[in-house]
Amino acid sequence: MIEMQNINRVYDTGRVKVHALRDVNLHIKEGELIAIMGPSGSGKSTLMNVIGCLDTPTSGRYSLDGKAVNDLDDNDLADIRNRKIGFVFQSFNLLSYASAFENVELPLIFMGMSTAKRKQRVTEMLARVGLADRMDHKPNELSGGQQQRVAIARALANHPRIILADEPTGNLDSASGKEILQLFLDLWKAGNTIIMITHDPSISENCERIIHLKDGMIENGAV
Amino acid sequence: MKGWHLFRLFTREMKKQRKRIWLTVTAIAWGTLSIILLLSFGEGLRRQLAIANKGLGVNIVILYGGQTGKVYQGLPRGREIRFSEEDVNLLKEKIPFISGISGEYDLWGVSMTYQKKTLTERITGVLPPFEYMRTHFPQPGGRFINELDIELRRRVIFLGNDLKERLFGDEDAIGKVVMVNNIPFTVVGVMQKKLQMSMYGGPDAGKGSIPASTFKTLYGRKYLNRIVYQVQETGLAPFVEQQVYQVLGRKYRFDSEDEKALGIWDTIEMTQVMGKMLIGIQIFLGVIGALTLLIASVGVANIMYVSVRERTREIGVKRALGAKRSHVKQQFILEALFIAISGGLIGGFIALLIIQALQGIPVGEGPLQFLGKPTFSFPIALSTALILGVVGLLAGYFPARRAASLDPVESLRYE
Repeated sequence: MIEMQNINRVYDTGRVKVHALRDVNLHIKEGELIAIMGPSGSGKSTLMNVIGCLDTPTSGRYSLDGKAVNDLDDNDLADIRNRKIGFVFQSFNLLSYASAFENVELPLIFMGMSTAKRKQRVTEMLARVGLADRMDHKPNELSGGQQQRVAIARALANHPRIILADEPTGNLDSASGKEILQLFLDLWKAGNTIIMITHDPSISENCERIIHLKDGMIENGAV
Repeated sequence: MKGWHLFRLFTREMKKQRKRIWLTVTAIAWGTLSIILLLSFGEGLRRQLAIANKGLGVNIVILYGGQTGKVYQGLPRGREIRFSEEDVNLLKEKIPFISGISGEYDLWGVSMTYQKKTLTERITGVLPPFEYMRTHFPQPGGRFINELDIELRRRVIFLGNDLKERLFGDEDAIGKVVMVNNIPFTVVGVMQKKLQMSMYGGPDAGKGSIPASTFKTLYGRKYLNRIVYQVQETGLAPFVEQQVYQVLGRKYRFDSEDEKALGIWDTIEMTQVMGKMLIGIQIFLGVIGALTLLIASVGVANIMYVSVRERTREIGVKRALGAKRSHVKQQFILEALFIAISGGLIGGFIALLIIQALQGIPVGEGPLQFLGKPTFSFPIALSTALILGVVGLLAGYFPARRAASLDPVESLRYE
């Protein structure tokens, strides 16, 4: 499902050129549960952003779902993010002024789904993460674990092919972290493709496959 | 369909930020209020001045006798030129563009008595065209001097409203007899109150008018004090002036190029100069108003900029969830337009209320006569709408462009 060939990502900050990814080759099949590990600055986030079409590689070929991503314009990339990718962030990134319901609804609005359908889908998703009774709560009225569940419900809302999670338990206490991990495992068992950045060995040991990054290169786990 | 959803999203987000939105709306409303009030006061001033201008007369030129300044056909310089009533008829016959003409006799220090009250006043002897030329319109129930009065040399008098007030108080004056230098005159009319800015001899409200023929007979005058004539169109005034010089020059034998032979007060020219001055004032007030509004818009643009920065992360999140650049841009432009339009409507509405309230206040005499009549007009509405449109675009476009140009990865990293 994900095919990467000789992917390079160079950030040109003017004075210094930062080589965030060097000749990355990566192969990911549908339904995999993958952990990406590595020291900070090793290119984990860049790799995730490129996979998620938030960022485009400087060189190399990337095809997602059999479709070459390199040639797509900004609007097409937005569409891909909207329909094929679900993002979960370390710091949740919920809109603080919007309720749980409204947060989950957001990607569906960008997709153009009708109001009635949206309502049904959002309710379904929040029930799936166990927050059916918290729909009208604002993020600051929810615990960290609950906020991350809202974020996961939001990531799932459009039925994406891939869920990308950047240290999803990094800001949570261990009990909530375990709950979130369990949620990801359940999703995986239900057939979702999940890619997680993590520092936590207790998470990565649950994954089928671990990709180790160092200095922008994949040390192991590429295939 | 999709656009509608985005609009709903937009209104939802606006609701969450009420305080910020209303502050900016207030700024625009204030700017709009200022520009409309300034322009309306300007417009009111213009209209009042136009009315006041007509106080002296409509399209009139006032002609005085002078002294010749050039030798002509063997005649020396310094000859005095004076007019008689024949000249009035002569000018009327020879110059078709004159739509009204009258000679005028003056008499000062006239004692005017009604019952036990005696005043010292001024009277003029005039012809009927004075009514429309010099705006001597009668109040209901009365009339101005007419042709029959002239023909029969009737002893009738038309009183200025101020003079009537002093002589009669609240009493009805029409039909009453006043003694003018011990000769009885019947009051046939009282002048309507009018705004008069320029004058000769004194305000029209303070004098009495009697038939020129009566005046001539009673006071034994040979020469007129002046001739007042009206031209058909403002543009014709200079041409008619030339004609006047030629006609009178032929009769009194002076050079038609000799400007000193006649004294001419062209009120049309004065009106035109004042018209230009007023346009200048309007523009000046408009520019001040526009600048006020512009400052308000810069304030709004500034707030929008800050809001782009504050919401950088939010924009990044939305982009990650599939929002296109255009979605982000639209949101900020819509926001600015909403602020500009609602601010404009609120400001406009308050301005209208203020104008309405001010128009209800009695103006009386003094400067309020001119400033107390702010007037809302279509050009004002149009220019305000135009400026507001520019302001809305200005306040929205640049922040929106910046918001849309943000790199999603960078925005997500933004703290």
